[in-house]
Amino acid sequence: MEIPKNFLGYKRENGRVGTRNHVIILPVDDISNACAEAVANNIKGTMALPHSYGRLQFGADLDLHFRTMIGTGKNPNVAAVIVIGIEPKWTKRIVDEIAKTGKPVEGFHIERTGDIGTIMKASKKAQEFAMWASEKQREECPLSDLWISVKCGESDTTSGLAANPTVGNLMDKLEPLGVHLCFGETSELTGAEKVCATRGATPEASEKFMKTWSDYNDFILKEATDDLSDSQPTAGNIAGGLTTIEEKAFGNFQKIGNCKFIDVLEPAEEPTKGKGLYFMDTSSAAAECITLQAAAGFNIHLFPTGQGNIVGNPIEPVVKLTANPLTVKGMGEHIDCDVSKILSREMTMSEAGDELIKSMIRVANGRLTCAESLGHKEFVMTKLYRSA
Amino acid sequence: MATDIIIHDEKDNVGVVVIDKITPKQDCACWIMENDKTIQIQSVDEIQLGHKIAMIDLNEGDTILKYGHDIGKVVKSIKKGEHVHVHNVKTKKW
Repeated sequence: MEIPKNFLGYKRENGRVGTRNHVIILPVDDISNACAEAVANNIKGTMALPHSYGRLQFGADLDLHFRTMIGTGKNPNVAAVIVIGIEPKWTKRIVDEIAKTGKPVEGFHIERTGDIGTIMKASKKAQEFAMWASEKQREECPLSDLWISVKCGESDTTSGLAANPTVGNLMDKLEPLGVHLCFGETSELTGAEKVCATRGATPEASEKFMKTWSDYNDFILKEATDDLSDSQPTAGNIAGGLTTIEEKAFGNFQKIGNCKFIDVLEPAEEPTKGKGLYFMDTSSAAAECITLQAAAGFNIHLFPTGQGNIVGNPIEPVVKLTANPLTVKGMGEHIDCDVSKILSREMTMSEAGDELIKSMIRVANGRLTCAESLGHKEFVMTKLYRSA
Repeated sequence: MATDIIIHDEKDNVGVVVIDKITPKQDCACWIMENDKTIQIQSVDEIQLGHKIAMIDLNEGDTILKYGHDIGKVVKSIKKGEHVHVHNVKTKKW
């Protein structure tokens, strides 16, 4: 197949390109959720992103909170942002960083005004932003403007046999075209960590990966009260035939094809070394991982599943594929790309990779994903430790 | 010819069932992805889609190879053609 050279995206003020055109209402903290949701309810064409954190955090955990908030606002799939927090200082810190992209952003704080007054003021600005954004048009953009993140979930042996290698095939075909790529899931590389480390493009990248994995493993050894066999693999993984974390890890690892990673990113850290594949230190829980990748600026996500994970993200469209014929049959409304014919050998891996490229470009051009049409917008912050 | 079982790598000692299920004493065609060879095995157990079958006899302490890599250890001996899963294989990690 000849790979299309372009897709239709929204060009942003800072040169990045979005596959979506969202106007978001971003609460700085948990207690501002109600206000943000009220504004999104008032003004059509806006979306609130409620979450559970943002109070009394400190150190690296607070840094990650800000990085996730700011990165979500900066993501090119977002046209404009209303930030609402309980107090002005942290609200302004987020607004000022998002403003550096050049996109419209305005902050509101609730103290001294209350919910109702804040909702009124923020709604007026949100209406202005939503109507402004509605006039934005898609334009032809090179495929290299795609920043593609990947994560697998509710995996089974069909994931490692077919769905994950399909993503790997796509990576092998698109990496030379200059796209950004990102995989994560530190914990679910356990058992394949040494093989994964050999895929660093430089000795520094390999060492950084091993340090990241070892830090995770030390934490598990310190905190674990059992052998994790109830969580890794999950009950769904075991039902699907996966026996050990090592088996799951080698299956997981098929997603990067033959690519080498050029750098290791902190959770939600924006890549700065240009095109190519990055590893990000993330949780292996689907919603947490995708939220971090979206906050790092990735604008389209590929999600291979075996038993049928149903996750979505509010700002980054999640394209789902499976090779399990039972999943296609039982829950087809969640599957954007069916590659189950690989198992019956009626489809080659390369044909499956081509199908996924086509599905992904249709979604990049604006086609709703299954998860979007079903209303999945899981926005889940990663919290590193207890609050102060 | 229809494929009943797929094996990732020639070194692997397990394969994955890729049809709805295989039944005891079924003659199964196994496709090895790495070298595109096809081999035969007769099953002992009923094994569901996605679950693994032992391609050789395995003793306690043996290493299970899949993707050409170590994915765990045998904790209860397994005969060629039997179901391989959490009842007879454990992780070496935890």
